[in-house]
Amino acid sequence: MTKRQKKSLILILLSSLIFIIGLIVPLGNTGKLIIYLASYILVGHHVLQKAFRNILKGRVFDENFLMALASLGAFFIGDYKEGVTVIIFYQIGELFEHIAVDRSRKSIKDLMDICPDYANLEKDGNLETVDPDEVCIDDIILIKTGEKVPLDGEVVEGSSTLDTTALTGETVPRTVHAGDTILSGTINLTGVLRVRVTKEFGESTVSKILDLVENASNKKAHHEQFITKFARYYTPIVVIIAAFLSLIPPLLIPSASFSDWIHRGLIFLVISCPCALVISVPLSFFGGIGAASKAGILIKGSNYIEALANAETVVFDKTGTLTKGTFEVTKIAPLQISKDKLLEYAAYAECYSSHPIALSLKKSYGNPIDTNMVSDIEEISGHGIKAVVNGVVVHVGNSKLMNQIQVEIPAHSSTGTTVHISADYQYAGYITISDQVKSDSKSAITSIKALGVKTTVMLTGDQKAVGEMVASELGIDKVRTELLPVDKVNEVEKLLEETSQTGKLIFVGDGINDAPVLTRSDIGIAMGGLGSDAAIEAADIVIMTDEPSKVATVIAISRKTLRIVKQNIIFALGVKLFILSLGAFGLANMWEAVFADVGVSVIAILNAMRVLKMKHNE
Amino acid sequence: MKKTFKLQDLDCANCAAKMEHAINEMEAVHSATVNFMTQKLTVDIDEEKFDSTMKDIQKTIRKVEPDCTIIM
Repeated sequence: MTKRQKKSLILILLSSLIFIIGLIVPLGNTGKLIIYLASYILVGHHVLQKAFRNILKGRVFDENFLMALASLGAFFIGDYKEGVTVIIFYQIGELFEHIAVDRSRKSIKDLMDICPDYANLEKDGNLETVDPDEVCIDDIILIKTGEKVPLDGEVVEGSSTLDTTALTGETVPRTVHAGDTILSGTINLTGVLRVRVTKEFGESTVSKILDLVENASNKKAHHEQFITKFARYYTPIVVIIAAFLSLIPPLLIPSASFSDWIHRGLIFLVISCPCALVISVPLSFFGGIGAASKAGILIKGSNYIEALANAETVVFDKTGTLTKGTFEVTKIAPLQISKDKLLEYAAYAECYSSHPIALSLKKSYGNPIDTNMVSDIEEISGHGIKAVVNGVVVHVGNSKLMNQIQVEIPAHSSTGTTVHISADYQYAGYITISDQVKSDSKSAITSIKALGVKTTVMLTGDQKAVGEMVASELGIDKVRTELLPVDKVNEVEKLLEETSQTGKLIFVGDGINDAPVLTRSDIGIAMGGLGSDAAIEAADIVIMTDEPSKVATVIAISRKTLRIVKQNIIFALGVKLFILSLGAFGLANMWEAVFADVGVSVIAILNAMRVLKMKHNE
Repeated sequence: MKKTFKLQDLDCANCAAKMEHAINEMEAVHSATVNFMTQKLTVDIDEEKFDSTMKDIQKTIRKVEPDCTIIM
């Protein structure tokens, strides 16, 4: 609790005590009035003060003014008890509301607590603790065990493991050695590191991320704009109805008493403040942004949460997004020899080649290659290679090469690039090399579909066979293959036309060469954004790790956020309208009215905080 | 010129919305957002009228919420 909140609590307690005395002690009417007034002024003077200042400025629709009017009105019609309790309950509600908002603000801020407080700067052989702001590029800083990395840099000395959870949501620590780059906001877990600073604080990862997340709620969602607009009309309308309600019926109906109808009017005044609505909506969005950033997902505006919740089509780029983007041996199919032997033949024959396929073969083989064992290497252009490995004539290449040397290829099944190998003109087997699908790609597509996304699409510049294989493996609905970068934009435009009016199209790419598509789609998500300024710049949402499953996570968070926003709007409006109609028929009392005002706010705030408790695998 | 300021004692979300509306109406202001959650004011103001406009903005904020101040 802050100082002001404590003061307010003390006033509430004192005033309630006096009020209870007034209730119990038998006193005359004047005596009671004095006690109640004392209690009233003690707790309500702040409201009265503000109300008075606002009247002077001609602002009659201020909540303080309305509250003051409602409670004083109750005194006026002789309802002393109600006059006091209204203001006490109002203050209790306000206090709860402030505490709840502070709490939620703090818990969201804690989620984003990646900002380093200091840096250990090496200066003339001494260590100095300075503000990260004061460190310049090329300065050497020391990061001890357990400290946050204050600035982006390159490790000069030492090795350690880094906890990157705060940045990426990735729980497996990252190992770094001399020469590796490290990013601010990570935590040094095991060793001491000497680091040469490569970026100033304002430009470093941690500052950029904080800036982005903090300003995200500046971009307002439609729901938020609607509610602030609504609030501007709601209060005056309710106040005008209140005035009519207090004046017209007593004048028209002979049996109606003024005090009864004024009482009904006052109830309207109490409910006329739109605070519950106005507060719960931005808070929910802010919570959603906080929850996402905890999972290593940066959302650049509340409006994107709204759009994501209506995701209808999700378009993926293949290479680097659903697949790792590196070629690897995925299948070794030998005939009558061992897998290792087949791989050894291939790696030895390709030992001098720097072709990507040759590189992946050698990488998969893993052992050092004794080039003395290889002779008579002959490159057969467009077909493959011939070499003598340890006295065996080895051919490594495509099916054309096998045809040329009249080696028959038995039936086989493989997609990706297939390399056939023959030893002494006998078929020895084949090796498949392909881009590997990321381990969570399949589950990503499954969860995205489970969330109700209608269409999943994959765009790729890769060959038809390869693209279709990956798509069917992952369960993607549509594939477009052999696309040039320009074609991708065209495809996205076509898909945009196919999506419904309310549905949104999301494009997920690696953010490096697909900036035009990222901007053209409704929402652009860039993956593996950690350390890449270009990706952070171009996209609306940045996934810090390179896991496609985070796309499902962010959609789920958005859905939940929007659900809470809608719940809050309906709940707050519903309760208000309900009590308003009860009030109009003389069935509500002021306590219920106060509940409809501040009580609803507190409940809406608590509801908004649920988004933070969401599990990421939901 | 775009700048961000911290707001102290911004207590009510509706007031924040009112302030934002009022500041956006001002002539030299291109755009303004008052963020209740982060308690921050972001304004884009004509460079040459910056100082005088900031004074007006402070006045406007005071009108809506008397306790609220901009931390410069």
